[in-house]
Amino acid sequence: MSDAQIPAKGQPEIALAPGQIPGAQEPETRTSQFMRDLLGGNAMISVLAVILALVAGAVLIAVTDEDVHASLGYFFSRPADFFVAIWESVSGAYVSLFQGSIYNFRRPTFADGIRPLTETLTFATPLIAAGLGVAVAFRAGLFNIGGRGQMLVAAGAAGYVGFAWELPFGIHLIVAVIAGMLAGALWGGIAGLLKARTGAHEVIVTIMLNYVGFYLISFLLRTPGALQAPGSSNPKSPAILPTAVFPELFGPKYNLHLGFVFAILATIFVWYLINRSNLGFQFKAVGENPNAARVAGMNVKNVYLVAMLISGALIGLAGTAQVLGTVTTGFTQGIDAGIGFDAITVALLGRSRPIGVFVAGVLFGALKAGGYSMQAAQGIPIDIVLVVQSLIVLFIAAPPLVRAIFRLPVPGHTGVARAAALTGKKAVVTK
Amino acid sequence: MSNATASTTASFSAPIALETAVVRNWKPPIALGIFAVLGLVLFVFAGREGTTTFRLSTDSDLIQLPAIPAAVAGVTITISVVLFLIAAASTALAVRAIRTPLWLIAVYAVLFLVGFLTWAAAGETIPIPGLLVGTVGLSAPLIFGALGGVLSERVGVVNVAIEGQLLAGAFTSAVVASITQQPIAGIFAAIIAGVLVSFVLAAFSIKYLVDQVIVGVVLNVLVTGLTSFLFSKLLSPNAELLNSPPRFPRLPIPLLSEIPILGPVLFRQTIIIYIMYIAVAAVWYALFKTKWGLRLRSVGEHPQAADTVGINVNRTRFWNVSLAGAIAGLGGAFFTLGSVGAFNKEMTAGAGFIALAAVIFGRWDPIKATLAALLFGFASNLQSVLSIIGSPVPSEFMLMLPYVVTIFAVAGLVGVSKGPAASGKPYVKG
Repeated sequence: MSDAQIPAKGQPEIALAPGQIPGAQEPETRTSQFMRDLLGGNAMISVLAVILALVAGAVLIAVTDEDVHASLGYFFSRPADFFVAIWESVSGAYVSLFQGSIYNFRRPTFADGIRPLTETLTFATPLIAAGLGVAVAFRAGLFNIGGRGQMLVAAGAAGYVGFAWELPFGIHLIVAVIAGMLAGALWGGIAGLLKARTGAHEVIVTIMLNYVGFYLISFLLRTPGALQAPGSSNPKSPAILPTAVFPELFGPKYNLHLGFVFAILATIFVWYLINRSNLGFQFKAVGENPNAARVAGMNVKNVYLVAMLISGALIGLAGTAQVLGTVTTGFTQGIDAGIGFDAITVALLGRSRPIGVFVAGVLFGALKAGGYSMQAAQGIPIDIVLVVQSLIVLFIAAPPLVRAIFRLPVPGHTGVARAAALTGKKAVVTK
Repeated sequence: MSNATASTTASFSAPIALETAVVRNWKPPIALGIFAVLGLVLFVFAGREGTTTFRLSTDSDLIQLPAIPAAVAGVTITISVVLFLIAAASTALAVRAIRTPLWLIAVYAVLFLVGFLTWAAAGETIPIPGLLVGTVGLSAPLIFGALGGVLSERVGVVNVAIEGQLLAGAFTSAVVASITQQPIAGIFAAIIAGVLVSFVLAAFSIKYLVDQVIVGVVLNVLVTGLTSFLFSKLLSPNAELLNSPPRFPRLPIPLLSEIPILGPVLFRQTIIIYIMYIAVAAVWYALFKTKWGLRLRSVGEHPQAADTVGINVNRTRFWNVSLAGAIAGLGGAFFTLGSVGAFNKEMTAGAGFIALAAVIFGRWDPIKATLAALLFGFASNLQSVLSIIGSPVPSEFMLMLPYVVTIFAVAGLVGVSKGPAASGKPYVKG
């Protein structure tokens, strides 16, 4: 692939037709305009991106399926077998993905059938909280890769309060949640403070704090009197006291716990913070251009610190939800379950917007829940979920690619906006 | 901490009054002071008895150096005093607004290290060559990754996908080397895999103008998912055929390998390590001494200007990002062909992110980034050596140490690190 033709190829999509003035599209009927926007618009791109990613996943499943390999051996004598094998492997996988994440038709009652959906939301809870945390940092122009460390430290703090302190019902839970969020905020705040005070790059500091947090929690988990369960030699904490456990929202039949409500509250909070508050405006200003924000009289250093504190607290909420809601029988140093890194993709998919992050978190939760049932039922490794997730983000990030694959029209207004955005970008580079 | 105090001195006798701004940097004295106090706590308040022996030669060496015994109490307390003196000297320099010279910091670091080793291994023997050989081994993928990162960022494309390039290289080199039973074939496969990951990075960031950090992060996830999926589905059931690559043998270089200490460390290594030496030198030379390097850097610093003088910005970016992927992919081969001998799920274990830290720590300079990578490698090897001889510090804290040191170094000594100006910004020809 030669890059010489790349800009040339990209041009027709961006540039307007010759003689066409931006906004002067009256000759076009409203209906066709609407169809163009619908077909080429963001919602459509998102749906198509998910479909493309699932197709790529299907290819991967089919290529590695043993029955498909076997039928390929006698392809020319009975080609139908080959396609049947592909169909069975792929449809089997995706049916179990659906049944594991949304609704299981094999169960007799609705109450049983809907259980997978609550599993999806349970998996989505920490993803949403942590995704919001990463998104807040993104908005202030900070890249928080420290989700793992922040979650672990938060899990340690919330877990300690949860099993070691004896407090009345209700208060205990709240104190544990606050402890977890504070610990997360502390861990994120270190990076923010160092960035603000010394200019230390937050990417380095958060990566380093991941390891520091991991080894700290590992040490505490094997130290009697700290996080280790009494009388045990395993690096594992005791079970959380019942007064601190997140109650199940729909009774003991479902795993969905109070943490999901916290995730919803966090989404509303972040929405307010980003879209309505003075602080959120400062975040966005600093994120777009710290120099301009400084000239406008904003305290950029303060913004860095506060953004990392809030980011860490939200990711801390994710760690708290893990220990108080999902794994209440005692946790190990693997409690973060890679959510700290998944959160980055969630935030990217949600384009760092609160509602978007919420939807992305639910989608990834569904893929995770369904992935486990796919692994159990069809023997397809859960790692395929990572492939599908990353492809979704890649495709959504590159609308021209999706449009090119499906030969979709470029929405009229978006084209103008895009061209304008590109000139804007060039202006930045020019400077 | 970084208070820049500006004082004006006006001289009345001279006809022209010059304003001089005095900038005092308090970060080095503070950082040095913290470690001096840490040393004091360890060496004096938690002081240990006995003698530590530093072994300088391996048994197979031609020239045998005698082992050096060190009395723990005497050595550590002396070093502790010297550390405080250096911190005081740094403070005195800061008062006079003179920068603490780098050699002083280096001396400080070495002294601290010697003191710490003496203290931690009281009554035991520390094999210095073993410590350093392991360091080179653990640093190798970090160095390759950091070189890839430096190249890519210097040309203006942020490379967060180092982890993905390493992992892709490790996976393909294991598979190809197993099938062909030729480690060299594995190396080429790793290079191609790294380039493929880079193609995606380049295509999405240059053609589709997607945020480069996003593409990088997503690529890491994609490669992790793909390799783990294929590992579970194909490699582990057919480990004999697909996941038993031959490892490179160690190739001692005649004469050079007999130099005391340095010989076993640097010149009794596998071919990948020798390629690494060449790669570091070549990247440095090419970047700063050739026309190609000048063009590359100009594209990364000011693409508009580069375009004006007739450099094709996007083409330069595309091919250099691919080259960066090739180097990082080669580093991935070290995991399977150089050290472990078989692919495993997520076997890079965050090495790509450490390499990224080395790039920033080394201020986008190939030599400094290599040194930073060596530091990381040394620290993690130090931990494993000390855990074998039994150290009084819990192993988790030893494992934590390199990362804590990095945080201090980045915050206290490096400060604001500025990357290439146009790194991360797409270029659209207007």
